[in-house]
Amino acid sequence: MPQNEPEVLSQAFTLGYTYTRSTGPVVGRFLTGLRERKLIGNQASDGKVYVPPMEYDPKTAEAITDFVDVAETGVVKTWSWVNEPNEKHLLKKPFAFALIQLDGTDVPMLHMVDAGSQEAMSTGMKVQVRWADETQGLITDIACFEPASEEGKVAEKPAVAADLEPVTGVESPIYLEYNFTAGKATAAFLSNIKKGKLTGGKCPECTAVYVPPRGSCPACGVANDENVELTNKATVQSFTIISIPIPGNPIKPPFVVANLMVDDTHQSFLHIVSGCDNSDVRIGMRVEAVWKPEEEWTHAMESIAYFQPIDEPDIPREEIGKLEPSANEPSANEPSANEQPSANEKGEKKDA
Amino acid sequence: MAELAAVVGVGQTKYQTKRSDVSIAGLVREAAVNALKDAELTWDDIDAVIVGKAPDMFEGIIMPEAYLTDALGCNGKPMLRVHTAGSVGGSTAIVAASYVQSGMFKRILTVAFEKQSESNAMWALSNPQPFSPHLNAGAGGYFAPIIREYMRRSNAPYNTGIRVATKDRLHGALNPLAHLKLGEITEEQVEHSGMLWDPIRMLESCPSSDGACAMVIANEELAEQSPKKPAWIRGTAMRSEPTMFAEREEVNPLAGRQCAADVYQQAGITNPRKEIDCAEIYVPFSWYEPMWLENLGFAEEGEGWKLTMDNVTSLIDGGDTPWNPSGGVLSSNPIGASGMIRFAEAAQQVRGECGDHQVPGAKTAMGHAYGGGAQFYAMWIVSADKG
Amino acid sequence: MRDIAVVAYAQNPIVRDAGANNEVELIMPVVKQVLKDAGLKDIHDVDFTCSGSCDYLQGAAFAFVAGVDALGAVPPIKESHVEMDAAWALYESILKINMGAAESALIYGFAKSSPGKLAQVLSQQLDPYYYSPLWPDVVSLNAMQARAALDAGVLTEEDMAEVVSRSRANAKSNNKAQLSGDYSVEQLLEEPEYIAPLRKHDCPPVSDGASAMIICTVEKAKEWGLPYAVIKAMDHRIETHNFGARDLTMSESTAIAAEAVGVKSAKVDIAEIHAPFSHQEIILKKALGLDDNTVVNPSGGPLAGNVMMAAGLDRIGEVARRIINGEAKRGVAHATSGPCLQHNMVTVLEAE
Repeated sequence: MPQNEPEVLSQAFTLGYTYTRSTGPVVGRFLTGLRERKLIGNQASDGKVYVPPMEYDPKTAEAITDFVDVAETGVVKTWSWVNEPNEKHLLKKPFAFALIQLDGTDVPMLHMVDAGSQEAMSTGMKVQVRWADETQGLITDIACFEPASEEGKVAEKPAVAADLEPVTGVESPIYLEYNFTAGKATAAFLSNIKKGKLTGGKCPECTAVYVPPRGSCPACGVANDENVELTNKATVQSFTIISIPIPGNPIKPPFVVANLMVDDTHQSFLHIVSGCDNSDVRIGMRVEAVWKPEEEWTHAMESIAYFQPIDEPDIPREEIGKLEPSANEPSANEPSANEQPSANEKGEKKDA
Repeated sequence: MAELAAVVGVGQTKYQTKRSDVSIAGLVREAAVNALKDAELTWDDIDAVIVGKAPDMFEGIIMPEAYLTDALGCNGKPMLRVHTAGSVGGSTAIVAASYVQSGMFKRILTVAFEKQSESNAMWALSNPQPFSPHLNAGAGGYFAPIIREYMRRSNAPYNTGIRVATKDRLHGALNPLAHLKLGEITEEQVEHSGMLWDPIRMLESCPSSDGACAMVIANEELAEQSPKKPAWIRGTAMRSEPTMFAEREEVNPLAGRQCAADVYQQAGITNPRKEIDCAEIYVPFSWYEPMWLENLGFAEEGEGWKLTMDNVTSLIDGGDTPWNPSGGVLSSNPIGASGMIRFAEAAQQVRGECGDHQVPGAKTAMGHAYGGGAQFYAMWIVSADKG
Repeated sequence: MRDIAVVAYAQNPIVRDAGANNEVELIMPVVKQVLKDAGLKDIHDVDFTCSGSCDYLQGAAFAFVAGVDALGAVPPIKESHVEMDAAWALYESILKINMGAAESALIYGFAKSSPGKLAQVLSQQLDPYYYSPLWPDVVSLNAMQARAALDAGVLTEEDMAEVVSRSRANAKSNNKAQLSGDYSVEQLLEEPEYIAPLRKHDCPPVSDGASAMIICTVEKAKEWGLPYAVIKAMDHRIETHNFGARDLTMSESTAIAAEAVGVKSAKVDIAEIHAPFSHQEIILKKALGLDDNTVVNPSGGPLAGNVMMAAGLDRIGEVARRIINGEAKRGVAHATSGPCLQHNMVTVLEAE
């Protein structure tokens, strides 16, 4: 069939999870200090004071165990000026990222400086901690640094609940936005699904038809962009009955997910089999696609609600998805000549 | 030709659902320090560090090895990060060995880890991308139909998987580091533990663990000076094939068969059942034991289950080829480390360091890992003798 | 290490957005090309395959698994993957050849960075307790490094602009480059600052693409009758993740690696330096021990196109290509990984 330039399918999605991190004793001690609006560093065997405290000495790899209290004022060692904060940045106005060496420490720490303007920033400038209004035991309990006040005095700190357990864990929400564009083969396939048609991609070398096509014939490593129109009929190659919910999927367990081989194709895909008792589903069973009403067709396999049994004789397992013999290179599934004999051949010698 | 190399130190963490007492660095460090202690070495004795773990999304840190350099004493040294899906722990050990076998390094440290509790493996593995046409039900949902097909072909008794699940938990109860300690488990319990992905029951599935495993690998000269017995690396092999392709043999994948043939040939093994004293094989779902017994040539095709049902793979029942005496993946599963644990436990067996789960007189052992859609394989053979 | 021959190298045109080409569709052409250039039939004609990629760029776990679909890996192949730049996949392959487990290898690296917001995504490459919760975008971090170097008098803004000007001019003769053209230093310095002190042109473009290379023993290259460049030495070193504990105005790990491979033992005709930001080329040139007799980044370098996870391999490929073409007798390639040049690799290549 003629190859039309497929539409480009793009869609935003968020890859996100709120990670639950355990901190261990060193990071935990620092974060516990932050919650109390105190800075705690540690001192390595060479006398260097690190803040935040390092779990292991970058020079000797030894654990650093001596903790020290650290001042809330320091000096900017280097900085960059963010004129237009992005949506992830915590300060919503122009600010600096900076390496700040706190007084009495030897190694600068990374944080932000709110100086108002780029002109107010300079290497070597004195800065002081600006604490967050509420502290939780996170690095962001330091809201940022700010130019040190004339007297070098930090503003009054609000009271902190005294009887809290030490911080041993933090939550890290990491949500990244992507705009995903489907590959050409997937786009062509899903465009047809949206029209209520099931199509596959045919490999020009081995003639295998893949549904859904994913851009290549994985066996031959060549593009399989010849679209082949397919029927709605398929055979159950294998299946599972799932008794636990799939995260983010509304379907209620128990339900059957089957490896379905559409007629005249050579690679099964997973879909739901319904319209019969779960216990009636079997390998070799014939099924056909039950499409949702046309107005619910989208660029997704969910346009097919499920596959349901049809009254046709079962297909022997060995015949499901079999390539025409002529199309099959005789050596395709054999070890190449320079390989050792297979393990099983060796196993045969076992009792000899 | 490859330089001889040997495992001279092994370190593991305790495996559990959540190691809430350590940071990621602390977890990895614990295994690394234990390996150095076992080898009676210090950080300065290490020439390079090779790190492995499964997808970065499990912990939500891109290339976390970069942040781990201080914890691993790696500053100023070479570091490499391997990622080959579930087989990664094994692949990492093989890459690490190649640092020494190439003759380019004398002694290296390798570490694999997963702090699974920072997220949820099910989420990380099933997170749907737009236009992703696959219905994804995690690893269990993927492997259950393949197991069903194995059951159909082999006519194995329905309780083969139950036998494996019970056996590996009883093994795990002998291993002080194992996550699941189910010394009282019965086959009846496994049978009634509830179907998750039919035919896979809950207790036929691996747990989700935090943990790390580390090894020190040294060249021949240094290994011979090592205070404890070295485990000589007699063969290493990796194979990959695509996840899906027409007529792919999913039950008994060719990549696994070829990988095994390759590693046996290197180690001079012609009859694995006879010549391999014990094996640590990646069995995250119980039915994979009989399937891999066949794939790895310990049994004829269709007959792996007979070895299982005859208790050949049981240490406790005195089987002649114990599989997963440590309890295996079914007892502890920090995904990125699971493969390396197999490799390290194989080394510990031939070093005679396994304590209560020691296979008596083990001289030659196999470590095995697989990943992706059972498409990535890593295997090694270690021996008490240089060969 | 023994001598290793680079016999083929191919790169896709570097583009801002590969759109509807998925990873498989990006990889297939370069794999096909290097096999063809080396006169090989398919992937089974090489003994080992290794790739470099990063799941988070495209936002999917196991993104690299799809890469195997581009290879035609049936029957199975000996294959591995690093979650790093493919320069490290090359290193893994060289270990395999040195240990006698392979005589040849195919290496590829790829990235589709266009779906995400790359600078934000890479902020999650940092210490998860102290750094990444501040969402320090990669440009801001490198801008801090640039300022540290400016403040220390290691370089000037004019020097940085000169790097950009030369990169874009050199890229005019590179038909794969994403950015090229004639820009004078004065013209560049008139551009406004982006994240100060960096201007937009001091930063690498966001790129999609893929590259592949075939290496083998020298004996094999002769047997195949192919012209080749020889990898004489290769070394890589990492530094602490703690920026504060590093001297950002230099690259200590590069200097260690350069010393180990003997960069200075003979004249270096060309160098391809993996300096994503303009100031880094100057820092790295010094760390590598190069003087003005060496032509730096004749391809235009990463400022002309920066495919994550391939750009390091590209440097080695670009040097090899020029040696094979007879444009140079001896060259140095540098690859980097991690924030602000944390991890560096140096490779020396020579004519046969």
